Formats: sequence, C-alpha cells, structure tokens
Amino acid sequence: MKVHEYQAKELFRKNGVAVPEGAVAFTVEEAKAVAAKLGTYPVVVKAQIHAGGRGLGGGVKVAKSPEEFDTYANTILGMNLVTKQTGPGGKLVKKLLIEQGLNIAKELYLSILPDRATAKMIIMASEAGGMDIEDVAAKTPEKIIKVYVDPNVGIQAYHLRAAAFGLNMPSACMKSFTVLLKNLYNLAVNYDCSLVEINPLIITAENDVIALDGKMDFDDNALYRHPDVKEYRDLDEEDPTEVEAGSFGLNYIHLGEGGNVGNMVNGAGLAMATMDCIKYAGGKPVNFLDVGGGASAEQIENGFRILQSDENVKAILINIFGGILRCDRLANGVVQAAQKVGMRVPVIIRMEGTNLKEGRKILADSGLELINAKDLKDAAEKLKAAIQ
Amino acid sequence: MSILVNKDTKLLVQGITGKEGQFHARACVEYGTQVVAGVTPGKGGQKMDEIPVFDTVAGAVQTTGATASMIFVPPPFAADAIMEATDAGVPLIVCITEGIPVMDMMRVKNYIKDKPVRLIGPNCPGIITPGECKIGIMPAPIHMPGKIGVVSRSGTLTYEAVHALTLAGLGQTTCIGIGGDPVNGTNFIDCLERFQADDATEGIVMIGEIGGDAEEKAAEFIKAEVTKPVVGFIAGLTAPPGRRMGHAGAIISGNSGTGQSKVAAMKANGINVCENLAYLKDVCSETFK
Repeated sequence: MKVHEYQAKELFRKNGVAVPEGAVAFTVEEAKAVAAKLGTYPVVVKAQIHAGGRGLGGGVKVAKSPEEFDTYANTILGMNLVTKQTGPGGKLVKKLLIEQGLNIAKELYLSILPDRATAKMIIMASEAGGMDIEDVAAKTPEKIIKVYVDPNVGIQAYHLRAAAFGLNMPSACMKSFTVLLKNLYNLAVNYDCSLVEINPLIITAENDVIALDGKMDFDDNALYRHPDVKEYRDLDEEDPTEVEAGSFGLNYIHLGEGGNVGNMVNGAGLAMATMDCIKYAGGKPVNFLDVGGGASAEQIENGFRILQSDENVKAILINIFGGILRCDRLANGVVQAAQKVGMRVPVIIRMEGTNLKEGRKILADSGLELINAKDLKDAAEKLKAAIQ
Repeated sequence: MSILVNKDTKLLVQGITGKEGQFHARACVEYGTQVVAGVTPGKGGQKMDEIPVFDTVAGAVQTTGATASMIFVPPPFAADAIMEATDAGVPLIVCITEGIPVMDMMRVKNYIKDKPVRLIGPNCPGIITPGECKIGIMPAPIHMPGKIGVVSRSGTLTYEAVHALTLAGLGQTTCIGIGGDPVNGTNFIDCLERFQADDATEGIVMIGEIGGDAEEKAAEFIKAEVTKPVVGFIAGLTAPPGRRMGHAGAIISGNSGTGQSKVAAMKANGINVCENLAYLKDVCSETFK
C-alpha cells in the first residue's frame, strides 16, 4: 500500500526522523493558515498525489513571499498533475503539503527495503541525491553504497558507520545522521515497509540532516498488524474499478489505455500467461483478473460484470485450469452472470482440469452463445477472429 | 526415482483441523501419501478421520516419526509454524499458506539457514512425485509417473506444464511449486541441482514469472551445471512495471525483473524457451523426444 508524503512524514516525525516544519492542507485557506503559522519565507508548496516526478510536472514550488504563495497554492490545488508516473491522464491534486523552506547545502539519497535474494534489509545511500536514482544505478553504480542488515540481529553501530563514511558525512553531521538512520531502519522494520525512501535527504547550511522528501510503501500482507497505516489509505488515489473488484475479493488490476480484451483467470501466473497469449493473438489485455482457487459463483458473476462494463472491451477470454475451482462451478457462474447482465461482446471460454465434461455440458445446455475453446491454441484462434 | 519425496515419506499436517487443512489432508491420503499425524494446538488427543492430532510438532514427530510437514495455518501464525517444525527436526517443510508478511519470511529464512531443513514455499501448490506421494493442493488426476522434472513459481502454471507433459506422454518424476513470494525457502537452483542428480529425470521444465532475478541466476546455473535438456517459460511478458501482479513477488521494479530480461537470459544459456503458453506441449514434445 502506498501513502502520501505528508503521511510518511507524520510517521517519520513520530519515530525520530527529522522532517521540515509543516502540515497538510485541503483548501487554500488551510494552506494560508499553515504558511502564516510557519511565519518566515521561503515556504514550499507540494502537491500530494501517489506518484513521483511531481517537481518536473509543476507540482512543487518554492514561494518567496505571501503573494507568490497565494499564486502557487491556488494553481497547484485542483490542478491535473501529469508526471511520468501518473500516465498521460494525470491526477487531480486534492491536498497540499506546506513546509518551511530550508538552506540546502547538500542533497543525498537514502532508502531501506527488504532484499529478496539475501533475505536481509538493505540500506542504499548515495551522494547523488535529488536525482533519478535508477539512472544513477544504471550509469554510475559505484555512487550507490549498500549496507545489508540481518533482520534477526537488527541494526548495529557499524552499519551506521558504513553508511555515514560511505556518504562522506561531515563530522559535524555524524550524530544527527546516525540517529536518523537508526530510527528510519527501525521504522521500516516495525512497520513492515516494502520501501522507505528519502530523496533528497539534505544537509542544511546549519549542519542539520533532514528528510526533505519521504516515501513509504507497506507490505499489504502485514497491514493486519498496522491499523494506523490502514487509516492512511486514500481511495481517491486508486482505480475505482480495482476498488470495486477488491470489495468482492477479486484480484483485479486495470492496465490502462489501449486494451481491447477482458480476461478472467484462476491463478496469478496463469493470468499473466493468458495476458501474454492475448497479445500474441493480436489483442491487448485490458486487465489482470485472478479469481483465485476457491472462487464462488457470485465472485465469477461480479468479475464478468466488471469486465463487460469497460467500453473498450471487444471480447472476453475466460481461462480456467480447474483444480479446487472445478470447471462445473466456473461454468455455472459464467452462465448465471451472462443470463443476469447479458453478453455485450463475444465470450471465449477455455477450461481444463477437474470436472471438465460437466462444465462443458453446462455451457452447451445454457443456450447462450458462449464460445467453447478446446484448448488454449484454439482459444487464441477464436479470440483473433472475434476482435478482427 | 524422484527427488525430495517418495512412497516412504511420512507426512504430518500443521493446521489439520481447519477447513483447508482437513480437505487437502484427505486428498493426500486418497492419493496414497502416508499421512501419519496432524498438529493443532489445543486439539491434541483428538483424531481427524483416522489420523492422530497432536498439540505440538515435536510431540507428533516423537510419536509418529514424521519426515515431512505440510503447513496450512493462517498467515499471521505461519512463520511460527515453520520455525516450530524446524526445531522439531522435520527435514522437509512444505508451506502452502498464502499472504505471509515479507518481514516474517525474512526472519524465518535467516533462522533456518544453517539448520538441517528444507522449506518449500510459502504460497505454493506443494510437491508431488506422481504415483507415490502428494504433499499439497495440486489436482492429482493430471499427473502421470514419467521422466520430466517440473519446477515452478506459479500454481496453475505448474498444472499447465504437468498437463502438457501428460498429454505428450512424457509424464513427471517430481513436480515442485517453489511459490510466488519474494522470499521463499527453496529456489530454482536447489531443485535443478537435484533433478540433474536424479537418474530417472531426463529433462526439466522450469516456469518463472516477472520480478526478482531468480530465473537469471538459474539460467546461469543451468549453463554451468545441467546437462539435461531444459524447457523454460516466463509469465508476464506484457505486465506493466510497478504493479504487483497477484503474487507478492511478481513485480517489476525499475528496470529489473522484466520478462524480457529473463527470456533473454534463458535463451543465452541454452534453455529452450516457450514464449506462448498455448505451445508448451509442442515445445516439450520437441525438446524431450
């Protein structure tokens, strides 16, 4: 799960990771009140959306006076912010983070995340802060230092020293940096973060080390033990179809523009492979939809309805390898759904596995124009014909 | 021959009295697996069908001599269950549970690292040696004793591969689902090593998906150490970056973990890559003829 910068910084502040003075604002009036409370300029106006690249998109501005502040707050709040991560559609800005401007002497990069290969926490840091870190990693990997921490041992002083010396931390900043890093590590572990990232982490002219930005992603599987983080969920930032599908226990991902084939599959791997098959057949998948191993007729009905509700869908491919989810149950669900919501587009069904014969019979006896494919090759051919 | 499990494997089931545990324990018994014990804390002394239930794994192992455990406990308690089985000296642990927090699995992985235990999963369909022993949730009838080893990160894709091998008349020696989570107990290389050493296994099907670099490392290993023919498949060539495709581990972050890089690594290391699932049977028939 993703959260906003202001929410990440709230957790930073509570856990001893230094952040600039500031607060979130939902209206221009609230923004002005925060600026007035800060008292001195410059003041920074930052759009709060779940996507990076906000500065380049015009969503982050430094105001040197109250007049400038008014202009920026009015422009950014309510703007449709397009960044390289939002896609061409952009995102509506509904909240601002208003912060004290600081005297930046140096910008660094710092992140902490679980490393799947070693099963250790990895601290990544670089003196090339403020930049696109993936670019840095690709072009100048020697500028990124990595420190691995065994989660069963926890962070030790030598880990902190390795990061500090690796960053050429001035001795005047040593203390505040190591305190920040230690607290950040514990925050990442205690909150089951899949990523904590500060870019840039700054050293000020006064030798303070401060998180100028803040990004936190959380492990969805661990949210049950973090009710406070669950509260941070912002449905405005999520795809409405995904939210609806989620409420029926369906794992649905909307793939965005240009798709023309809806698909429903059991199992995540098979769903991805089916999307690939659609592409080889000359189509483009609109979605990923894994109905899981134990889908009910009701879930299948809702999945079917959601797929058909997308205007761009020209055909639907249902691909089920029946194990625990038997073919007859799937067939019943599809027939019920088609009878209830109708069939706007051709529906191709490929089934295999448990109770295949019973499933095929249900489809054949339904009187519906469902297209039965004998195997995946056949399904691809029939899909090709349907979308031409 | 086979790897890791056979007709002599004695299985205990952690979480045997839960709905899932009960259903699948019965299916394993039906297949012919020796299910010797169940464990559900607080239900020791009871029976599930004819299978004795114990309060602790240690108790179950002492009394029954179980040599493998299949775990069905819910995600918040799964890490504990794996460590309990490890401490009880169970040499093979198969964790089916989906949705275990990554941090829990990192702790488990570091904890079991130097102990005499092999963990398969979590978030996996399990392991089966057709005709001898089934530990997991895979549909039994699609399997056929034969000569090809299967190792896969995905459940239903394993079934596709198995089905293709059965239709092609090749059959399987052992099929292992290593699971779709970012941190798992057994990786491709652990399985490839064993298939290479197993006389009955004449070829290997390896099924990967986007995310991480396990497939790339496995491809290098195959080039260096595996003399048997290998068919490879990667799911998610069309998946967008930054989105978790169902499995916690199936996510492209930045430029790493893409399907393209995995396919390229497989091809460069002599693996016969099937890019379109619809043709898996043809590619297997061709490669293993």
